[in-house]
Amino acid sequence: MTCEPTATSGPVWRSYGVSRRSTRTVRVRISAALVAATVLAVFLVPPLVQLDQQAVDLSSKLLSPSWSHPFGTDDLGRDLFLRCVYGLRVSLLVGAAAALTATVIGTAIGAIAGALGGRADRALMRLVDTFSSVPHLLLGIFIVAMFRAGVWPVIVSVALTHWLSTARIVRAEVLSLRARPYIDAAISGGASRWRVAVRHLLPAVLPQAALAAVLMVPHAMWHESALSFLGLGLPTHLASLGNLIQGARGSLLAGQWWPTLFPGLFIIVPTLAIAGLAGAWRERINPRRRSELML
Amino acid sequence: MARLAGRRLLFAAPILLVVTFGVFAIAAASPFDPVKAYAGTAALGADAETLERLRDNLGVDQPFTSRWWHWLTSAVTGDFGQSSVLRQPVAEVIGERLVWSSLLCAVAFLVAVLTGTVLGVLAGRRPGSLLDRVVTSAAYSLEAAPVFWLALLAVWLFALQLGVLPAGGLTDTASEQVTFRQVASHIVLPAGVLAVSQLPWFTLYVRQGVSDALAEDPVRGARARGLSESTVLLGHALRSGLLPVLTLVGSRVPELITGALLVESVFSWPGIAAATVEAATAVDFPLLAALTTLATAAVLLGNLLADLLYGLFDPRVKFSDM
Repeated sequence: MTCEPTATSGPVWRSYGVSRRSTRTVRVRISAALVAATVLAVFLVPPLVQLDQQAVDLSSKLLSPSWSHPFGTDDLGRDLFLRCVYGLRVSLLVGAAAALTATVIGTAIGAIAGALGGRADRALMRLVDTFSSVPHLLLGIFIVAMFRAGVWPVIVSVALTHWLSTARIVRAEVLSLRARPYIDAAISGGASRWRVAVRHLLPAVLPQAALAAVLMVPHAMWHESALSFLGLGLPTHLASLGNLIQGARGSLLAGQWWPTLFPGLFIIVPTLAIAGLAGAWRERINPRRRSELML
Repeated sequence: MARLAGRRLLFAAPILLVVTFGVFAIAAASPFDPVKAYAGTAALGADAETLERLRDNLGVDQPFTSRWWHWLTSAVTGDFGQSSVLRQPVAEVIGERLVWSSLLCAVAFLVAVLTGTVLGVLAGRRPGSLLDRVVTSAAYSLEAAPVFWLALLAVWLFALQLGVLPAGGLTDTASEQVTFRQVASHIVLPAGVLAVSQLPWFTLYVRQGVSDALAEDPVRGARARGLSESTVLLGHALRSGLLPVLTLVGSRVPELITGALLVESVFSWPGIAAATVEAATAVDFPLLAALTTLATAAVLLGNLLADLLYGLFDPRVKFSDM
């Protein structure tokens, strides 16, 4: 049993079993490898593999997983592994677009609230409270229903429901920065508001905002797949992971589990990998908040 | 306590107002046409004069603010308009379904809280142990899993492969009446899946609370006094570890509603969620607006509950300070 020399403040069972630092490193490495594999699969498989994911082959429909079709085939004889990779590509791109939009909105509102303070701050934070009182999926469903299903309504509805946490984080960061001596020093040194914002506030806020954006990608993917699963999300010709699961319902009721199982795993694995990697990143930029839970 | 509740409700009212206003604003900005939605396919064959009269009746040409006001004033009296897809008053639709949704959510939440406490204490007792690592990894994986996917796999395993539980609905298709036995057997799968989807965060927070509390002075003092392990664990560590979790119970209402929405739609549970999806697919604005308002009210109620619970369990908190 290896005990970290610095862990004397806590009871002995805190460092039960293997050293926590080494398990953490292994976890981060696995997460990094999985994220890399996801990105590679999403960007390299489609151009490199010359197989058509839409190729219908009715003679080989609903084959269970085998060496030639590692994930089996669906009800139209399409290879499920390829379908899942393409689905992940669609889901990840939509998720990333939504997360990016949400982060821009959240950072802007959080920074304005934190920087202006006073009445504007209170009004904007009330807005955040109001938005967070509507269940996200329901608001998403409402927006998609009103604007009809499609790629843009989905991105907008996910972005509009996901900027709240970023706004809160950025506002808190700006508020704590405003109290720092170096900001006072810059202002008394004659720096303009704009210069303070761009040279001092932005670089300090950016890592937090970037982290929030990365952590939001799995959330956005999850939302997109939920909307698509309900039949309110992406159009069916864009086979996202949610659409794949929705499309597999018939096969599932006939007893074929693989068209349902694998697209779901393609949501879980990247989510865990991104969370693992972002967790390590967060510990690096906020070392004090190590024990906080990340959900 | 009553004063706190009153003050919180006073804060909640403007939020509800803004949300309903926002709902009407989004609808006004969208290409949605209430006349077509109301008349359905009949609009295709109708002459211009009829459509014009319908436009007038529905108040389409008025600005959305006055439509919102009209809706709001009648909503206060309990009239939420007419659902265009179900051809039934919205209040009636919600009234019929609210019971089943509440039942599902209540059962699932109870199961999740009980199981989560047990698992969280077991894992938090020895952080880093094999049991802790198994529980924690399982919790993170489950948290990442889409609930509708879990629901589908549960249908496959329990209804199709093992054949022990019904795959969906409230009663057997052959049955005419809703009996307790039928509902009890039909609720197991949806409530189980919903509970499993709410379990991870609860387990992880209890685990964190218990393992943090175990390192603190009161626990050390209890151990020094020679109290039994179970008293230390349940009487001291769990009690202080559970406190922050209780406040989160109320704030998890949105996740519960989201989960219920997806679970109900997989299991064709005749609750609010099924109506929401139907309303969204058919762009049934009156029903959607009422459901969004209802869900928001539920979330605000959850927040209030969290505040009250916190004060109830932590004697140091004075309601007058909140």
